[in-house]
Formats: sequence, C-alpha cells, structure tokens
Amino acid sequence: MSIRGKAAIVGAFEHPLRDIPHLTLAQVHREVAAGALADAGLSFADVDAYFCAGDAPGFGALSMAEYLGLKPRIMDSTETGGSSYLFHVGHAAALIAAGKCSVALVTLAGKPRSGGAGPGGSGGFGGSPEAGFENSWGITVPNAYALAARRHMYEFGTTSAQLAEIKVAASQHAQHNPAAFLRDVVTVEEVLDSPMVADPLHRLDCCVITDGGGAVVVANAQIARSLGGGRRAGWILGHGETMKSTNNGRIDLTHTGAVWSGAAAFAEAGVTPADIRYASIYDSFTITVLQTIEDLGFCAKGDGGRFVSDGALVAPFGALPFNTDGGGLCNNHPGNRGGMTKIIEAVRQLRGEAHPAVQVPNCSLALAHGTGGNLGTRTGAATLILGQQSS
Amino acid sequence: MSNLPVPAPRVNSETQPFWDGTAEGRLVLPHCDRCAFVIWYPRSFCPECGCTEVTWKAASGFGTIYSFSITRKGQGEYRHATPYVLAYVELDEGPRVLTNVVEDDPDALEVGQRVRVVFHDTGQGTALYRFCRA
Repeated sequence: MSIRGKAAIVGAFEHPLRDIPHLTLAQVHREVAAGALADAGLSFADVDAYFCAGDAPGFGALSMAEYLGLKPRIMDSTETGGSSYLFHVGHAAALIAAGKCSVALVTLAGKPRSGGAGPGGSGGFGGSPEAGFENSWGITVPNAYALAARRHMYEFGTTSAQLAEIKVAASQHAQHNPAAFLRDVVTVEEVLDSPMVADPLHRLDCCVITDGGGAVVVANAQIARSLGGGRRAGWILGHGETMKSTNNGRIDLTHTGAVWSGAAAFAEAGVTPADIRYASIYDSFTITVLQTIEDLGFCAKGDGGRFVSDGALVAPFGALPFNTDGGGLCNNHPGNRGGMTKIIEAVRQLRGEAHPAVQVPNCSLALAHGTGGNLGTRTGAATLILGQQSS
Repeated sequence: MSNLPVPAPRVNSETQPFWDGTAEGRLVLPHCDRCAFVIWYPRSFCPECGCTEVTWKAASGFGTIYSFSITRKGQGEYRHATPYVLAYVELDEGPRVLTNVVEDDPDALEVGQRVRVVFHDTGQGTALYRFCRA
C-alpha cells in the first residue's frame, strides 16, 4: 500500500519569534498548534492524532496531548532529533491511509536561546550503550560535523569556499524574511573570515540557535479537498525514512541517510530529482546540505561542491532553489531542530506563499529532507515529497 | 604530554572487559567467535551475525587517521583545552573509533597519517585511549 495522494498537509505555522523568554515550552507548543489549526481552518476538536518528539516537555505525547486538551486515537513520540517531524508526517500519512485517524497534529517547540530546554531534548544520552565510547573525547556538535566535512574534502576535493556558497545562498533568501534571525547577506569571504569553531567549519558554516517552534496538520484526502477546495493542501506523494548508524565500526562520513530515505520517497512518489522544483534541505551546517544534495541524487556523489557554486541554490532561478526562508543557517533552527521549518517552507512554496522575491514559479513539486542526531555518529533521515496535486 | 582533560567514561558490566584492558595499557577488542567480526563499539554479542560468544583480544594499537577536527571551541571539561583534536582513527583491526589525536602541532595533521595508541589514566580504574603520530 502506498501513501501517495492519501493525505495532505493542510495547515502549517512557524512561530514568529526567535527569542521567547516569556512563554513555557508547553505554551509554545500550544501556540504553534493553534496557529497550524487556524491555518487549516480546523479546530483542536477535529484532531484525532497527535505527534511530538523529544523537545516536548514531560512524558512525550501523553503529557502534551493532555495539556492541549486532545483526545487522540493515535499518538506517536518518535524521536530522531531534528528529523523527527518528517518521520511524524510520514507516519501520519500511513495511519490516515490505513483509516486509523483523519486529522493529525505535529508540534515542535524549543528554547535553547532563552533557556528552558537543552539541545538534546529532555532525555539525555548519558545512559546510551555507546556513551562510554563517545562522550569522553570532547565531542561537540560542530566538531563532529567537522569530521564529516574533513573526510568529504579528503575524498572529493571539496573546499571551504564551496561550503560557504551554501551559507551565502541562505543569506540571500533570509534578507527577504522579516522574522529571520540573521538577515544580512554574507559573502564567501565573510564566511571564510568568520572564527573557526571546529576546523574546517567556521562560525558561519553553522546554523543559528533560536527559540521557536512550528506545527503542521495532516488530513485525509476528503477533508483536504473540503478545505478551500484543496488549493492550499500540500499533498504527500512520497515518504522515506531510515537511520544511518556507525555501522558497527565502519562509519562512512561522506554521506547521510538520505541515500536511502530519498530513494524510497522518490520511488513512492514516482518522480525523480529532476522533477523537483524546490527543496528544503536540512541545514544544521553547510556540510549537511552538501552531502544531502548529493545523496538525494541532485548531483553525483562528490560533485556537491561544484554543484552549489555559481548560485545553483539561489531562488527563484537557480538549478535547485533551497531553503527560501533562510533555513536553519539564517532564519530559524527552533530548539536546535530544523525539520519542522523544512516542511513549513516547502508548504509555503507549493501554495505560492513564499516571499515573492524567492517564490519558485509554478512550484508543483517540492521535497523536504531532515537529518537528525549527529552526522559524526548516527543520524535519522527522512524525506518527504509534496505536490500541489494529489497525483 | 597533553593538557587534555581525562574524564572517566561510563563503564557497565557489558563493557568492563574493555575498560579493564585500558587500565593495563592494552586495547582489547571483542571478536565474534562465529564470524570473526571485530566488534565496535564493544558489546557482549556480535551485531553482525547475532552470536553471543565473543573473545576479547589485544589490538596492535596502530591505526590511521580517518578524519579529524581541530576544535577551537570546546564545551564542559574541554572548554579550556582548546585547541584539541577530535578524530576517527581506523584501527589496523578494522574499527573506526572516535578519539583524540595528541599533537603539539595540529596543523601538521593529515588524513591517512599513521598513529599509535597512548593511554591517559582517569584515576578511576580506567584509561582513555588516545593516539599520537606513529
């Protein structure tokens, strides 16, 4: 059974703030949920499935569903870091296709800037079976991604200047987003001149750290068509998910799990990378984008550096317009988790509601990809292919 | 000698044989009794074939740098240890292990360089395995 055309994203909402000291985490979840439901033209009473990840305070979906006043038939607290929300949308579509639920709500909120939530969610990793072999050597998030960058440079000749092109493209988009955390356009030279955080990654190779949140509402086909004639629906055409592990000591730092999740999503949707008009690519760091573009098949493995040069990622007319809200690199990376905002900007593009300066003309088919966890160790990977039409 | 902190790793009954080895200055790795896979990270079973019989054997202590990062901004105990080198070293026995390369001139490091293991005592019955250029 395929989920193709069985469900659609009918509501999407990104919290407008990037620094939220005055609200609790639960309150931010409530605000983004209300925003996404209002965007859909639905109410909390319509929701019969609820999804949240490790950013949610308390006992996963149990705590939050009660707090929000929901009576869910389906609950899912799948936790794969920043990619969790793309997993959730795929699960929601499958459960809708199976008739187990009809309206699914997915929420994210985090406050790493003002305090109140650590980067890894509420669980912590100290007791994980790998902890003894990874936690005593000064691993951070940036230096582990730097390991991936260094190996990609070694194998394929990728340069820091090529990675910088990704930040430059994101900044050109962010200048049009009034809510973006960083709105200044930067140059390759400015990226290379920014302080080295973990060689070879500079400060401007890293995403922003912001409070914030977002939510999406997924509905079955009948409801999606009844809401405004379905014109604002982002139809779910394909989904793929997996993890990329350290492979029992044979970790390959040159690729992400998008190699597998992307192939599954394209197969389910019955489309190819050449059909995609817009892509939301997870951008915790510039290297994350570079590897993912290769892994999804937008260029050959190892050619990412050449591909992103010459403005290929710049909307609306580049070869692969990406992250037109400014992405995690410039706009927003709420709770250190970029997956939700990737889905939301893809929906804006399909609706023609992105900023006019970056709206892709006739954006009929969009892709969103999430990479959660740590590229230097293990990551979740999920790919969604979304369309203006249900088939 | 390095100025790196030596935070004690979390040890449990499953990984005790490995850490006991470090305290004696030996890198011991679990080998699968059935398929001979060299298991990393250390476990009491083989994740490749499912065999629950493993034998702990001393490694040579030599390897090559698979990747590394000269870290300029550290956290926690490593906040004041910068610059330091986080690396994956591919042991001659096969596994790629996360570790530090101890090096006075980190700018001289390159992927593919040969390294050998050194042990830094945590003071708690274990030692951290790190590497220096061979």
